[in-house]
Amino acid sequence: MMIPKLMQSLVLPVAKTQASRRQFMLGALAAGGGVALGYHILASSPAAASDSAADGNKAAVFTPYLTIDSDGKVMVLSSQFEMGQGSYNGIATLVAEELDADWSSIDVRGVAGNVKAYGNVAFGGTIQGTGGSTSMVTSWERYRKAGAAARAMLVAAAASEWGVQPAEIIVENGVLTHPSGKTGGFGVFAAKAAAMPVPTDVKLKQPGDWKLIGNAKLKRFDSARKTNGTEQYTIDVKLPGMLTAVMIHPPMFGAKVKSFDAAAARSVKGVVDVVETPRGIAVVGEHMWAAIKGREAVKVVWDETAAEKRSTPELMSIYKDLAAKAPAAIARKDGDIDAGFAAAAKVIEASFEFPYLAHSAMEPLNAVARKNDDGTLEIWGGHQFPDVYQTLASQIVGTTPDKVRLHVMKTGGSFGRRAVFDGDVVVEAVHIAKAIGFRAPVKVQWTREDDMRAGRYRPSYVHKLKAGIDGDGKLVAWSDHVVGQSIMSKTAFEGMVQNGVDPTSVEGASNLPYAIPNQTVGLTTTEVGVPVLWWRSVGSTHTAFAAEAFIDEVAEAAGRDPIEYRLSMLEPQSRHAVVLKLAAEKAEWTKPLPENRFRGVAVAESFGSVVAQIAEVSTDGSGSIKVERVIAAVDCGLAVNPDQVRAQVEGGIGFGLGAILGEEITLTAGKVDQGNFDVYSPLRIDAMPVVEVHILASTNPPSGIGEPGVPPIGPAVANAVYKALGKRIRVMPFTKTLNA
Amino acid sequence: MVTLTINGNEHKVEAEADMPLLWALRDLVGLTGTKFGCGMAQCGACTVLLDGAPVRSCQTLVGDIGNAKVTTIEGLTGKVAETVQTVWADLDVPQCGYCQSGQIMSATDLLANNPKPTDDDIDAAMTGNLCRCATYHRIRAGIHEAAKRLEA
Repeated sequence: MMIPKLMQSLVLPVAKTQASRRQFMLGALAAGGGVALGYHILASSPAAASDSAADGNKAAVFTPYLTIDSDGKVMVLSSQFEMGQGSYNGIATLVAEELDADWSSIDVRGVAGNVKAYGNVAFGGTIQGTGGSTSMVTSWERYRKAGAAARAMLVAAAASEWGVQPAEIIVENGVLTHPSGKTGGFGVFAAKAAAMPVPTDVKLKQPGDWKLIGNAKLKRFDSARKTNGTEQYTIDVKLPGMLTAVMIHPPMFGAKVKSFDAAAARSVKGVVDVVETPRGIAVVGEHMWAAIKGREAVKVVWDETAAEKRSTPELMSIYKDLAAKAPAAIARKDGDIDAGFAAAAKVIEASFEFPYLAHSAMEPLNAVARKNDDGTLEIWGGHQFPDVYQTLASQIVGTTPDKVRLHVMKTGGSFGRRAVFDGDVVVEAVHIAKAIGFRAPVKVQWTREDDMRAGRYRPSYVHKLKAGIDGDGKLVAWSDHVVGQSIMSKTAFEGMVQNGVDPTSVEGASNLPYAIPNQTVGLTTTEVGVPVLWWRSVGSTHTAFAAEAFIDEVAEAAGRDPIEYRLSMLEPQSRHAVVLKLAAEKAEWTKPLPENRFRGVAVAESFGSVVAQIAEVSTDGSGSIKVERVIAAVDCGLAVNPDQVRAQVEGGIGFGLGAILGEEITLTAGKVDQGNFDVYSPLRIDAMPVVEVHILASTNPPSGIGEPGVPPIGPAVANAVYKALGKRIRVMPFTKTLNA
Repeated sequence: MVTLTINGNEHKVEAEADMPLLWALRDLVGLTGTKFGCGMAQCGACTVLLDGAPVRSCQTLVGDIGNAKVTTIEGLTGKVAETVQTVWADLDVPQCGYCQSGQIMSATDLLANNPKPTDDDIDAAMTGNLCRCATYHRIRAGIHEAAKRLEA
């Protein structure tokens, strides 16, 4: 859910210019070689061949992308990881559509270990990964073709069996029929079909023939198992003899173990071992409760020499000082900014402050590692960057990546948190298994506190904005100075940082759609010892807020309506203008609201999609506000699963709203202040607005939808709050202003 | 050794009295539908029924349960629960699904005690159940729809 759109264009040039670094960092990740853009890959299926064992002996392997068993059950093998965003369902839809499968016979399993087949096209194809809302982007051609190829193979098998022409065979709902009366399900022909040559080219259906793609009534294949407790997540993995470990992480980022005393812990009933790993001390128990109790008895002395010891107020003060100075790097420069401001009739300025945010997925991080007698290693987990984890794990045990088998589990959320370049919890599981001599499989399970305090936050930022309008209120000069940590520098994606600009720091600011003749977006990257990461919608979590809240301030200074003002700076047929107008129409923007109801608007592009939102808030006279209703208009290209597009926008609104209303990670002398949901407050149901999602009909290929619902909600609500209370919200979370 | 009655069956488990029911269910009995989210009764993912009333199993100690009957998502039965589960799938309420066992426990209890809940009733009853995917919009719709089907 997190790799920026920019990466699509950046990956290949970077790979060329910085080949040696990338090769070193990603190493064997690209060992398979070529870029998996082509259809030819259908013909080679090493991963599927080994994976098919997991589906039982009766599964016939068609391609790396699906198997069909003798009961006709279709198992889609997904390159994209499922964390709730519905990518499995989307990919299953693409396959089932072209395969003419029976939707009720479809299941999906995550796969890894074949970058030629599973490399993410949006990332250049050389790495498998889920992020940047690209699951439909990378799968759109690949999985439809896989479905069509398998269908052709089934037809060829039936034609041969029946002695008829393939063109005479009709396929519908998982059944092949011939006008002569011959009929048979997929299962009957699966084995024979899988042995047929994979067609070198297949014809995809015309949109008018689609039954599943774009069908708003299609239900998720996996909802029932999520209502009866049978869905299996990493936390549910149970292997014979498996032990459970909890970690003791350093209390400050950068601190290290100096010494530890585990004598008391070892005497706790059920504690099996206490071991040191490069990431901290692990307490290994027969079960979770034993490990937790054992942990309380371990005494650790930390070496805090290299630790980050600063507190949040000090860091924010540094950020604000930096924001007032000239930026260190320039991300966008249009026209002549100085001349623009000099000629402006009126200049306004504002600063915006954003705290660190925790992902806080409901399933705290975990992974399970087991070394087998044949020397192979198996790891169960939320493998959002599987190739990376495979390589890191192989290095720990001193083997090659092909000896590491990843079981891609579904996870209870992620929001970007399981896409880490150091493999954190996955690496921990392997280290612990190694430290106990691989004598048992080990599950490492973080507690909520571990999860919340282990870093990898949405970075903290300060934005300094300045706008100049001419005598007619026209916006003639705009500068935005972003100050904060880089997500990609010092990672395998460092090559993406060009001229001092990490695109994830400025995306959403550097591509502001408004026609402003003089415009500068600057960036000053800070060095702080707090690990940071992509957090659902990444840079747009703060850039869209700053830009869209400030545009409202400018519109007010110009004496203009916020929507009309935005539209005046957009081409009438542009995607931004179209969704703005759709949202305005659906929200009846020009009609007065009931007493104590107020509206705000925002529009933002992220991950190839454009979303406009109009938020309606109410006041109760006491200074508090409630977001009552949000109208969203979405252009995400073709909506493969319209109801899931709706679900992602509803959820994105709730996720983003929780953050701006009450979430904040702070540090006191280097220690994270928040540990659990008593003090870190994601949205609860009582604050969830009514959400209406309007999806623009589009024939463009699908673009992102897991993240784009998030960016507009903050500024839309802030703009409505200003109407309600006359207070501009410029410091997150809102509580800082509303309770002040 | 403690004897627990879970979903109508007796289970003898090797647990100390201070072990939270959550970990006994998950690690000793093997019922993993009940989820760990926070360990301090802040998120509701571990909600089970104790003699029919919802409790947070992460804060319910095995030694305090006595003869009370434990019902987990795996053993949830009855017209209300089944309607809630059916509606949840019909409306595609879950996203990641991790919190939904707890949501369904709380929703079932709400509807069992209040057959026609208002939005405010729903907010009050469900506010202890966090959903990080924020499926709240559909949870609300799901409870209303289940109420409608149960009335019919």
